[in-house]
Amino acid sequence: MTDFDYEALGLKAGIEIHQQLNTKEKLFSHTPTIIRDSAEHTGEVKRFLRVATSEMGDVDRAAKEEMLSARLFTYYTYDTTGLVEIDEQPPAPLNPDALDLVLTIAKMFDMTPLPQIHTMRKMIVDGSATSGFQRTALVALNGAIDQTCRIETVAVEEDACQRVTDQVFSVDRLGIPLIEITTAPCMRTPEQVHDVAQYIGMTLRSTGRVKRGLGTIRQDVNVSIRDGARVEIKGVQELDLIAEVVRREVQRQLSLLAIKDELAARNALVNGEVYDVTSVFAKTQSQVLKKAKVILGTVLHGFAGLVGMEIQPGRRLGSEMSDYAKKCGVGGLFHTDELPAYGVTAEEVAVLKESLGAGEQDAVIIVAATEQKSRCAMQMIIRRAKMAMEGVPEETRKMLEGGSTAYMRPLPGAARMYPETDILPVPVSRKYWESIATPELLTDKAERFISAYGLDAGMAHQMAFSEKLPLFERAVSEGIRPVFAARTILASLKELGRAGISPDAIPDDSVIAVMKAVEAGHAAKEAVSEILSACARGMTLDEAIATVAPAFSREELQELVRTIVSERVDFIKSRGKAALGPVMGVVMKEVRGRIDGKVVSEVLDEELGRII
Amino acid sequence: MTFSNSDPVHVAFAGLDLHGIYISGSDGNAVVKLSSGYNICVPEVLCTPAPECSAAQPHHAAAEPLKQDANLPLLSIISTGGTIASTVDYRTGAVSSKFTAEDIIRSIPELAGIARYHTAQPFNVLSENMNPAMWQELARAVRDEIAAGAAGVIVTHGTDTMLYSAAAVSFMLTTPVPVIFVGAQRSADRPSSDNAMNAICSAKAGVSDLGEVVVCMHATSDDVECALHRATRVRKNHTSRRDAFQSIGRAPVGMVSYPDGAVTLGKDAVLRGTHELRLLDRLESRCALLQYYPGMDPAVFDAFSGYAGLVIAGTGLGHVGTDCIAKIAALTAAGTLVVMTSQCQAGDVCDRVYETGRDLLDAGVVEGGSMLPEVALVKLMWVLGNTTRREDAVRMMQTNLKGELDYDLGREM
Repeated sequence: MTDFDYEALGLKAGIEIHQQLNTKEKLFSHTPTIIRDSAEHTGEVKRFLRVATSEMGDVDRAAKEEMLSARLFTYYTYDTTGLVEIDEQPPAPLNPDALDLVLTIAKMFDMTPLPQIHTMRKMIVDGSATSGFQRTALVALNGAIDQTCRIETVAVEEDACQRVTDQVFSVDRLGIPLIEITTAPCMRTPEQVHDVAQYIGMTLRSTGRVKRGLGTIRQDVNVSIRDGARVEIKGVQELDLIAEVVRREVQRQLSLLAIKDELAARNALVNGEVYDVTSVFAKTQSQVLKKAKVILGTVLHGFAGLVGMEIQPGRRLGSEMSDYAKKCGVGGLFHTDELPAYGVTAEEVAVLKESLGAGEQDAVIIVAATEQKSRCAMQMIIRRAKMAMEGVPEETRKMLEGGSTAYMRPLPGAARMYPETDILPVPVSRKYWESIATPELLTDKAERFISAYGLDAGMAHQMAFSEKLPLFERAVSEGIRPVFAARTILASLKELGRAGISPDAIPDDSVIAVMKAVEAGHAAKEAVSEILSACARGMTLDEAIATVAPAFSREELQELVRTIVSERVDFIKSRGKAALGPVMGVVMKEVRGRIDGKVVSEVLDEELGRII
Repeated sequence: MTFSNSDPVHVAFAGLDLHGIYISGSDGNAVVKLSSGYNICVPEVLCTPAPECSAAQPHHAAAEPLKQDANLPLLSIISTGGTIASTVDYRTGAVSSKFTAEDIIRSIPELAGIARYHTAQPFNVLSENMNPAMWQELARAVRDEIAAGAAGVIVTHGTDTMLYSAAAVSFMLTTPVPVIFVGAQRSADRPSSDNAMNAICSAKAGVSDLGEVVVCMHATSDDVECALHRATRVRKNHTSRRDAFQSIGRAPVGMVSYPDGAVTLGKDAVLRGTHELRLLDRLESRCALLQYYPGMDPAVFDAFSGYAGLVIAGTGLGHVGTDCIAKIAALTAAGTLVVMTSQCQAGDVCDRVYETGRDLLDAGVVEGGSMLPEVALVKLMWVLGNTTRREDAVRMMQTNLKGELDYDLGREM
């Protein structure tokens, strides 16, 4: 992709980071924060959702659009979920551990806490919350990231359900506490977006109290360029893709602006007239059109060639219209920029265009479904076509694989917020705020591991960012040499991982005990992985050492060496000192992992000395 | 500086100049709704007026008149308050009952396709604040609606004491048309509220062939079916679940499927037109309900001296500790009618099995059969309001009047 001069284009980007907090209980329920396999669900409930008005009497436009088709949602429940998750019980009070962690993070960004935390309901009627809203509360305002970028707000909120299939959701994730960090629109290049996201992610992990792994952190990116519009892209999970998402959105907005100019130059017109063209396709071979009860068409005057124009990889203006149409429950649309295709013949296209009076510069869009769905879809298509003449619509979009995006819903407004009447406000006293200790940043930790512990830069960074950091810090505090501890933890984890053993299968106590055994000379450091792997299989440490690598005493070694040397007297005599290497190899084959190589070398040297 | 609700304000906080709408204030703190929709609470001294911003006007009052289809049957909706009609109250921050029947019809457009509506609101309370005088007022209101031609009456009611009100109306009123009590367990201001489905099912039941007083609520936790419970046989069995209401000791008299609204009535449902409209609305409110517990101080019974009636929710088959029996005998001797029910979930009282039971009968206690204690209390108020002779009252308490008993008791007497 061509890279742009983003500053010249007036790129403005901000991010919202949602990170799951690793608390024992959910934010408003006493159930555990455990993600389950949906196949293990123990029950299900079926619910409709309907849009409710805000306390100001408004209806949120995004919520309204979700209600275009009434849907019955199914929710999977588990033995680890409760009545709060299925909206059958008022919520428990705000989880104080979650609030404490969010305040800690707010303090790390030098923010100002609100004196009282008021929980709100953010309406979401796409089915991902059984209540129809997500509970959320602002906790602190106005923080600093660096010289150029600010954090506007930090909020604590509950995670939503995971979607199993279209209208089936799993409630295990619902209610897990999230911190939501919203930056100002202060980023000017895609790379800066990446760097800020990475820095915030590092800060969050520095607490040691956030969840790790895929899906535990999600970024939403807000992007606009000059003359474009604010677009919110939801759910970017991979940090490495975030810059690409911004680049592609810039490309999309530029393309839409170019389309707008071209439409203006052509005097394009969307008159909104919808025609029944079912009879045109009476004898069609197109599978999609054959099945449909009604086929409707509309002419977009002056749109020819632009509907099929690529606006970002894999996406056309037609895809945008199709996204809008799908809100009415249709599968998609056909447009004349892509026809004949999909079983629609050139003759049919010609008849279609002629019957609607469409000229060469015009595009025709058709939709095939039930009467009601087609009518609804056509209205959405016409709405989107009119927006194309205005430029870039403000939207909430979702990320597709690779970094392109699809339309989700309009940007939500303030009308989606409603006070959560079931939760009392929580005061945050000055004394409490002052008592909160902020942890050392992982980047600072890595520096300290280099300067104080003598770790090399790579290992220091890897250790600081590892999930096993607490184990390392404990090992060092218990007197194990830092370099040995880091090497053991990082290398053995890698080896065990390769053997298909989860590092979590081995208790920290065992790892510490093995390292102590090595330092005391009871086990060879070469055998650490094997001993740990035996521990993972359920052996105690002593059993593991005895079975995998029974420690070899110096006396036993002397005996073994004498035997081996006595069998090779001629060879040794002929080679002299040069025999050490080959004989060492033979000995090590027998004792590797059971005694330190340095000891073997010493003993062998002694024995050879007797002969030479 | 004092602000009123909806005033635009600046808030100087955290080094920022925030804009918002003043919502409420207390103890020197102000709740302000930011333009993002979040409410924050800050010291009120940090707020200053923002006259350059236009005031946000809450527009609760929908001005449009209700659209009514003259070809549809007439239903009456009598609203009394409760969760089904609740919305946020900025005085306490909790929900309170504010919606009228008209608001309910407006917020649930499907209702307009089922019937046309007349609405009435004799009072508006959370159901824990109901009392026998309100039951009487309610029964009269229902009677008036039926007399004025309603094909059915829907009473929206808080769920906590709905069964008392439903039972009271059931005893006071003989009805030719369905009278449907309906409520919600989740407030109307949330997208998942059960109010819409319950209201739609109640309207469908209201135009059905039914001819008795029932409670219409979710049958299960799913949004697929409502149950119609006989008013004298229903209990709220869970504090918060949608399917809290269950028929005790019998099946519901009908079901309403959702969203299609098909009504299925059981074999023993009382059908439309079976009875003539009649109201006997006198109640004797000097009646009480006492739950016995092991070790209860017999002196507790002294508190009911002078009462016209007392229902005891006894243990098991209908017992109290032996040391209480003398007190009960004294009460009955002084003219209090004492009725024994059971604190068990279901089943008949039988005071002839154990010694204590026989002593209770000797003390003048009347067996209440399978009547739910709450229902027995309401019935006793009604019976004592309409009879003066003890024998008549005893006979009526033991006669199945509105399905509260499985059969008439005491016929051997």
